[in-house]
Amino acid sequence: MSAARNPLARPLARLLEKPWLWAFVGATLVWLATIPFTPGRGAGDVLTAAFTFATFFVIVGIGQMFVITLGPGNVDLSIPATITLAGSVATKLMDGQDALIALGFVAALGCGLAVGAVNYALIRALRIPPIIATLSSSFLIQSTAIAYGRGLRIKPPPMLAEFTTARIFGMPVLAICVILLAAVMAVVLERTIYGRSVIAIGQNQRAARLAGIAVDRTRLATYVMSALFASLCGYLLAAFSGGASLNMGEEYLLASIAVVVIGGTSVAGGFANLPGLWGAALFLFLIVTMLNTYGLGAGIRYVLTGLIIIAVITAAGGRKPLR
Amino acid sequence: MTSPIVELDGVARSFGAVQALAGVDLAVDAGTCLGLVGHNGAGKSTLMQVLAGTLAPDRGRIGVAGEDLTRGYDVVTAQRHGIRCVFQELSLCPNLTVAENARVLHPSIRGRAWRRRAGELVGAVLDQIFPRHGIAADAVVGDLSIARRQMVEIARAFSVTDVPVRLVILDEPTSSLDALVAEQLLAFVRRFVAEGGSTILISHLLGEILETADRVVVMRDGLVVESRPAGDFSRESLVAAMGSVAEAASDRAAGFVSRRQGEPACRARPVGQGAGEGPELLAHPGEVVGLAGLAGHGQTDMLVALFEELGPRRSALVAGDRQTDGIFPLWSIAANISVGSLRDMVRGLLIERGAETELADEWRRRIGIRTPDMKDNILSLSGGNQQKALFARALGSTARIVLMDDPMRGVDVGTKQEVYAIIRAEAAKGRTFVWYTTEMDELAHCDHVYVFRDGRITAELAADALTEEKVLHASFADEAA
Repeated sequence: MSAARNPLARPLARLLEKPWLWAFVGATLVWLATIPFTPGRGAGDVLTAAFTFATFFVIVGIGQMFVITLGPGNVDLSIPATITLAGSVATKLMDGQDALIALGFVAALGCGLAVGAVNYALIRALRIPPIIATLSSSFLIQSTAIAYGRGLRIKPPPMLAEFTTARIFGMPVLAICVILLAAVMAVVLERTIYGRSVIAIGQNQRAARLAGIAVDRTRLATYVMSALFASLCGYLLAAFSGGASLNMGEEYLLASIAVVVIGGTSVAGGFANLPGLWGAALFLFLIVTMLNTYGLGAGIRYVLTGLIIIAVITAAGGRKPLR
Repeated sequence: MTSPIVELDGVARSFGAVQALAGVDLAVDAGTCLGLVGHNGAGKSTLMQVLAGTLAPDRGRIGVAGEDLTRGYDVVTAQRHGIRCVFQELSLCPNLTVAENARVLHPSIRGRAWRRRAGELVGAVLDQIFPRHGIAADAVVGDLSIARRQMVEIARAFSVTDVPVRLVILDEPTSSLDALVAEQLLAFVRRFVAEGGSTILISHLLGEILETADRVVVMRDGLVVESRPAGDFSRESLVAAMGSVAEAASDRAAGFVSRRQGEPACRARPVGQGAGEGPELLAHPGEVVGLAGLAGHGQTDMLVALFEELGPRRSALVAGDRQTDGIFPLWSIAANISVGSLRDMVRGLLIERGAETELADEWRRRIGIRTPDMKDNILSLSGGNQQKALFARALGSTARIVLMDDPMRGVDVGTKQEVYAIIRAEAAKGRTFVWYTTEMDELAHCDHVYVFRDGRITAELAADALTEEKVLHASFADEAA
């Protein structure tokens, strides 16, 4: 009824229903709270930095989101180790030469493919719960990376390094690419048989099987995809930060899960959205920036980060994902 | 004895745009069994949820034994006044044992050996209602068949500790029970009523209602439209009061023509039956094949095995246990239907939205799903309409073989007739149906019937040879026929 009186009411109501809204609202508020205190450098610089770092969160977040959407118990804890392995293998193979950029890319993705296949083999053939399977495989992967990358001090190929740090009008080129990637994956989620299958399995795996959905193939594809995105992240991150290191994946374990959850995807599975990943990734980076700008100590910073994340998830959890 | 146990005045409840109850008056006297009938979506289950205290009415008055309890009426209040409910979607905790589930309802069982005492309590009632039920008190509920879970749920509702049971609501209690056990339950209901208790019996089996109830209340569109002694109704007048036109019982036996020529569309043996042992199940193109026998004797297992063998391109399955096997609870009605036909809606790499809407709208028309918008969540539908969506999922796919796992559970008479007609029309176009049913009436729609007992086929009957007696004989006989 109010929609008839106010032509804006309906679109507004629809916007308020979007699960990703709160992540963007949070990111914007934090950004606004930061800029008055950034001496010398403008609000634009803060945004550029945010987009630069959020890009890597989003890449792994996409894979993690599909895995979590498969339903309760599904999570990929091997992402950090995969990042490290792919980054080390690619950097060593490329040996700083521009001519070997493609080879490094293929090798990184090869690592991802292998990790994903091993993960799902553990889950399916040995019937190990995903959380344990991916955790234990991550020890194997990390050890492989350590053995392989001993004494690793190789610079990435200059062209690749340049690409990962390039900007157009202050916007990182890589971020633009990953925004496009997220858009493509949103279409994959909503409009392909694979995406529908993932969402269906997350709601009711038995019903999905009886509705004729290829449950095993879909789950395999999802775990492989998560590992592929992790290895892509490792490849780009090694180039971006001037070489691979053995702890380069560390902060991506919690970050990959946090961006999924803050972004409004259901932890219980069966309900996901892509835009929220970007909102959440920006939000996560901006919080740290804001608290650093305020010059707070490390302890207070962690406490506040935790509290703010809880606040956003509570705000976003107020609505029910029906539909 | 004349003052009612429970009195509802002008109870109304809406869910969004759907008005489930439009002001219902209902009184239940002590020592009576009230039969409640109506179409799916007539508001029966909603009314019972209000009475059980699980759903608050928008307006209206709730009185129990002359006391006005409208304010703050909830499950605890209902329990305290001896009102119990056996819901259609069972309410037992699957991870707990039978005894532990009984304790949930009886907080007064506490202290040492509470498990044993709770087990004895529910075990005694089980013995009373269902002699030789074979259910152990320490069995985990999730491991029991759906029929046994239903029996535990019923026994729990009738068990007494500190509060006497005054009124038990039975919402489709026999839908997953076989004939013998259902008979035991209804006999018990009569005994309970004779001793001064009251029950409300909701059932789509009209014979059951007419035989068991003292008074019958008919609901339509959220209102009570008739309330008379059971003796004043006949099967036909009840159906007429519900507002659907009864179709004459199909007389297939007379004009039966066997379709058993050429290659069968599929063949199978029950999971527990070795090769060369007993008859093999055959289904020819255009045939409706029925699976009969008591509930839980291997019919569902065979359907699932058959579905896995044939694969989703050739076959589609209509689940009977909607909540665990059928519904995707976060999706719209349209998405719940289209999930069975995704392969046919892909253009290039993407699912075509238009094709999806078209499919949903077509089936909303053909099968009569009652909803203002197919984009509404599937849970906004009543149970029977959810089941229609599951039929639409299977029938809307291109699968040539449709497997049905007792799909008419809790579906009203009118809907059943519509679905029977669609099944016959689709079979005439060459589709094959393999149909497990617990209702004898439905076997009359089949060309060929296989009777199951203990995981084996014990008899096969063509439609012209089918009699209720033969089916019962094959279901119960000690030696294979």
